[in-house]
Amino acid sequence: MSAAPGTVLAASFDEQVDSFFAPVSEFITSIVFFAVPLDFLGEGVELPLIVVWLVVAGFFFTIYLRGFQFRAFTHAIRLIRGHYDDPGNAGEVTHFQALATAVSGTVGLGNIAGVAVAISLGGPGATLWMIIAGLVGMCTKGVECTLGVKYRNVYPDGRVSGGPMYYLSRGLAEKGMGTLGKVLAVLFCIFTLGGAVGGGNMFQANQAFSQAQSVTGGDDGPLGGGAAGAIFGLVLALLVGAVIIGGIRSIARVTDKLVPFMAVFYVIACLTVVFANLSEVPQALWAIVSQAFTPEAGYGGIIGVLIQGFRRAAFSNEAGLGSAAIAHSAVKTDEPATEGHVAVLEPFIDTVVICTMTALAIVITGTYADESSAPGVQTTSAAFETVVSWFPIVLAVAVILFAYSTMLAWSYYGLKAATYLFGESMVVDRTWKSIFCLFVVIGASSALDAVIGFSDSMIFLMALPNILGLYLMAGVVKAELFGYRKRLANGELPTMAERRG
Amino acid sequence: MSSSILVGLDGSEASVRAADAGAEAARRHDLKLVLACVVPWSPYAITTAEDNERRSVEKAREVAAAHERVLDPVVDRLSIDGDLPVEGVVRHGHPAETLVRLAREHDAAWITVGRVGQSRVRTLLFGSTPSSLIQLSPVPVLVVP
Repeated sequence: MSAAPGTVLAASFDEQVDSFFAPVSEFITSIVFFAVPLDFLGEGVELPLIVVWLVVAGFFFTIYLRGFQFRAFTHAIRLIRGHYDDPGNAGEVTHFQALATAVSGTVGLGNIAGVAVAISLGGPGATLWMIIAGLVGMCTKGVECTLGVKYRNVYPDGRVSGGPMYYLSRGLAEKGMGTLGKVLAVLFCIFTLGGAVGGGNMFQANQAFSQAQSVTGGDDGPLGGGAAGAIFGLVLALLVGAVIIGGIRSIARVTDKLVPFMAVFYVIACLTVVFANLSEVPQALWAIVSQAFTPEAGYGGIIGVLIQGFRRAAFSNEAGLGSAAIAHSAVKTDEPATEGHVAVLEPFIDTVVICTMTALAIVITGTYADESSAPGVQTTSAAFETVVSWFPIVLAVAVILFAYSTMLAWSYYGLKAATYLFGESMVVDRTWKSIFCLFVVIGASSALDAVIGFSDSMIFLMALPNILGLYLMAGVVKAELFGYRKRLANGELPTMAERRG
Repeated sequence: MSSSILVGLDGSEASVRAADAGAEAARRHDLKLVLACVVPWSPYAITTAEDNERRSVEKAREVAAAHERVLDPVVDRLSIDGDLPVEGVVRHGHPAETLVRLAREHDAAWITVGRVGQSRVRTLLFGSTPSSLIQLSPVPVLVVP
């Protein structure tokens, strides 16, 4: 049976989008992921410098702040439970809300697709490095969110804007490096715009489409045809646009409620897979630990596995990128260090808990070893399918919801970068949002490799100016966090219950 | 010795009747009348980053709307004779818990609220402020039909 003329035309549309996009992605990826060959460790072993940049920052701050993230844990939980909130101040953004907002922006496809990619390429051992990256990432995130609150901008109408662009320009100006601060802030904003378009948008649209296509029958299903990707992207773009341009907040309100529900549901599903294969658990755990040092998958030795783990963890929890500092800045507090404490929970929830759950499901069921399909959501979906046949449908719903909420979050991060660069105006606002919606369509139409490469590149580039700024302001953060903890230990910061006596 | 009577206002006709009943009792017992409007709000609600950024602006708008539409007309009407000290308060939070907190703050003799009269199913699903108040309040609760 010959295809209808429209189908042929449509098929070429997807391909045209991809063929235009792939070379751009390859060019940017080759620069950002410039890797040093480590031939002495094995043939083909390369170390991308950007990953070193993120890893070293995590370890540096963990040592410099004496394992702050582990000491902050208990107090962070007390903060989000509202023990230190003044009821008289109720009505503005609480620590819980700031954390939940940032988590809904980070818990997404990185936790499902990213983990599958890491394990498929690096073997089960990548999981251990992912967890370690999550643990050191907790400290980096605490640092950036402390600065985010300290140097945020409060407008006359009461709105609050914060994030690396504000702490880079203001914080470094305080240290007599005003020009450097402005340059770094501008660079950060440019990369954030790229990251918002790539990882915060195209990657999400792409994986959402991939999963929707998979559960509706793959290439032979209704979404298997030529322009299906573009049409799916168009519908998704309309839904994103309705909220961000049209101001129909009701859609966002529904997803805000559904996303936490789906996240909990997702963890329960992972646990179902784990419990259904309980006897396999010790073996899977052993594989995760042992293959972290002697990789079976042969991805170029230990460094290769380590890189996959760290790279995916950074993409998933965004520690060091500065994105979450934008979301955390709106919190109502007089103490920037409080949000620094709360923010450490974010990589813990995202990477240490949720990513590990995905990893266990994939490793236990062995679906990562299947080379018949590209690694991504489908690897995780196959893992779930081994236990509950209809589960891929639920996962597809979760993926689309996660993708949608992440898109809304990143459209906001991008908007903050755009308004910082071009000023607060309706023209900037609408232009950015329109471009964002356009890239939803491109993301859903483009091949996974091109999308992952581009999104990784842009998101990782955000870490360059951000982490440089964090190093330069390390002393400020230390004074802020340690000063706060000292007052806390001295009983100078009583809870509301203690104040009431 | 209590110094006030607290009335919860939500804009319904029943709550206006509750305010009238509270005013009459306050005059008789020589107490101050505190009219409170609680804007339902949870510190554990999930919001978007954009909502968070605008929260303080939204909060101010909600307070202004509560004053304009609910509180001020009743405060003005009840204080027109000048024989009754009337205070209007707007707070954000869980309605019943916030009214209990206000009752403590204002040393209220009792709390007066109106009964909207919602269906059993709705009450079962969402609860009702009077029934929560009865469970939580340290002072008597007067429910006006």
